[in-house]
Amino acid sequence: MKFEKLLKGGLAALMAVSMAACSGGNSGTTETTTTTDGGETTTETTAGAGAFKLGGSGPLSGGAAVYGNAVKNAAELAVAEINAKGGAIQFELNMQDDEHDAEKAVNAYNALKDWGMQVSLCTVTSAPGAAVAPLYQEDQTFAITPSGSSLAVIFADADNQTGEYGNVFQMCFTDPNQGVASADYLSAHKDLGTKVAVIYKNDDNYSTGIYNKFVSEAKEKGLEIVYAGTFAGEDNDFNVQLTKAKEEGAEILFLPIYYQPASTILKQANDMDYKPVVFGVDGMDGILSMEGFDTSLAEGVYLLTPFSADASDDLTKNFVKNYQDKYGEIPNQFAADAYDAVYAIAQALEAAGCTNDMSNADICSALCKQFTSMTFNGLTGTDVTWNPKGEVSKAPKAVIIENGVYVGVED
Amino acid sequence: MAFLSYLINGLSLGSVYAIIALGYTMVYGIAKMLNFAHGDIMMVGAYVAFFALTSFGIPVIPSVLLSMLATTVLGVVIERLAYKPLRHATSLSVLITAIGVSYFLQNGAQLLWSSSTKVFPAIISNGSVKLFGGELQISYLTLVTIVVCIAVMVCLTLFINKTKTGMAMRACSEDKGAATLMGINVNMIISITFAIGSGIAAIAAVLLCATYPTLSPTLGSMPGIKAFTAAVFGGIGSIPGAFLGGLMLGVIEILAKAYVSTQLSDAIVFAVLIIVLLIKPTGLLGRKLSEKV
Repeated sequence: MKFEKLLKGGLAALMAVSMAACSGGNSGTTETTTTTDGGETTTETTAGAGAFKLGGSGPLSGGAAVYGNAVKNAAELAVAEINAKGGAIQFELNMQDDEHDAEKAVNAYNALKDWGMQVSLCTVTSAPGAAVAPLYQEDQTFAITPSGSSLAVIFADADNQTGEYGNVFQMCFTDPNQGVASADYLSAHKDLGTKVAVIYKNDDNYSTGIYNKFVSEAKEKGLEIVYAGTFAGEDNDFNVQLTKAKEEGAEILFLPIYYQPASTILKQANDMDYKPVVFGVDGMDGILSMEGFDTSLAEGVYLLTPFSADASDDLTKNFVKNYQDKYGEIPNQFAADAYDAVYAIAQALEAAGCTNDMSNADICSALCKQFTSMTFNGLTGTDVTWNPKGEVSKAPKAVIIENGVYVGVED
Repeated sequence: MAFLSYLINGLSLGSVYAIIALGYTMVYGIAKMLNFAHGDIMMVGAYVAFFALTSFGIPVIPSVLLSMLATTVLGVVIERLAYKPLRHATSLSVLITAIGVSYFLQNGAQLLWSSSTKVFPAIISNGSVKLFGGELQISYLTLVTIVVCIAVMVCLTLFINKTKTGMAMRACSEDKGAATLMGINVNMIISITFAIGSGIAAIAAVLLCATYPTLSPTLGSMPGIKAFTAAVFGGIGSIPGAFLGGLMLGVIEILAKAYVSTQLSDAIVFAVLIIVLLIKPTGLLGRKLSEKV
């Protein structure tokens, strides 16, 4: 009986909490959002009346949480800055958690739609982006993903690059672009080695997208792929793949995957005394901020990024300083892409003269027109343009990790 | 030489499967139920060990003991609250309850510890034994995993065969009604079974996390399913069977990855399972029990 009473009491308390949480939102012209970052709770007020409702989803928890939180933080920073200027364009931001899961991203999309989202940062990662992109097209809501680099985010048929959604844009370079850039860099630096082993995630279109392009490019450029191993799901045993790579005498280990499995691969390679040159792509970004990761394992790892926090231009310096002041860490490229995406939206909205009482479809068509005709200067590139398919004209750059920080390598 | 290295990797992976499978097989053998929450109990053990090692700075052995204590208590509590009230219900209801408990633990862990991946600290020094002039390397961790697995198996077999409680367990496994008539407290024996099975899960958790150092609330699901497969493979209910099944599963998985295809390795593992069950429906070492009429 006692147990039952306790249970009832607990349920009642739960209900009270959830009701309080519900009544927190949409309470008039100013809205208060509470966010929790690593145990620390920050509360901020964003302008409500006349503001555009900017939505988006990303992995705020789970294996790719570093990306989602970087995007969320940087988007918050950009929104706060834009709102503080008090111009014609004001934003209200709502970032949902999708745990890098396509199904949860669709749920997040529906939640955002109910909230009244008018413009969107789409998703942070590729597979969820591919799942929600058709919904954005159907509802004619403008979306630009800061970091969903797969072609499947902007094309209905990614293999043939046809059936573009038209209203889903990318702030980051695409996966094939990364495959080409990786092959280019390695073929231009043959002193690193010419025998390449690849370990990629065959159930992830981000990873397979880069891998496929890399293979076709590498062959033309005189690189020899001696081994290609795959893994799927939550596999975390890479001993076989690494032993094979070592056996085949691979001097370079190409990892077109996210940082979490990459961290395990680095550890297992180290355990078996295998020390190839490790070359990652943008998914490797974030490995240094993993909780408990021994960063010495990542020494000498190459990765691709459009952004390096040690650049000396004013825009980067200010961004890095403000970001560090607010969140206590150095921003990665995901943060930079998100910051740029918000500013690009603001620039396009202003140029098109949009107001927040316009319908989503009107905003969408106005923004599509702007994005395909404007040039944008941001953290991740200057004179950036978009084509009508939603692809951005930006080139990835290689950096190397030295003493726990990224150092640009000149090519 | 590569073959030997794969074989040893396979044995190490298989040892972890075997230890988890021991928990499945014991509970099945005695309570005649599939405890699908076993993998998640292991996950909780991993988190307890993680916090003991990192937040409280407790040395390795006491951390493992603490983690074993936690999972033992958890196992007994789950049995009391979720399974005992269903002792006389159909096996299907118990199965669904076990799946429910599994999700409860996973979601609870997400709530308590967030679903962000944590990196498990190294518990055994990174060195390795070098054989054949350094051509074959076996890390200390691999050796420890295999040795611990054999030790656990031997202790458990001795316990079941040589002690009074063990004898009572065997009696319950054969005929609960008759065991009750002989003055055995069947409920007590089932609780002890859950306690031992869950305690062993903590050892598996620490070994698993030491080898693959990422920790997340879904950690237990895949190894849980593989270990369940291993238990069926070896003949569910049989302790040496779980051991053999686990080792074979690990070796087949690694060799399939190495020599056939990394993409097909799981499919090959399950194909072998199907073939074994076709030839020997009770598994490798399973006994055929005649149905009581």
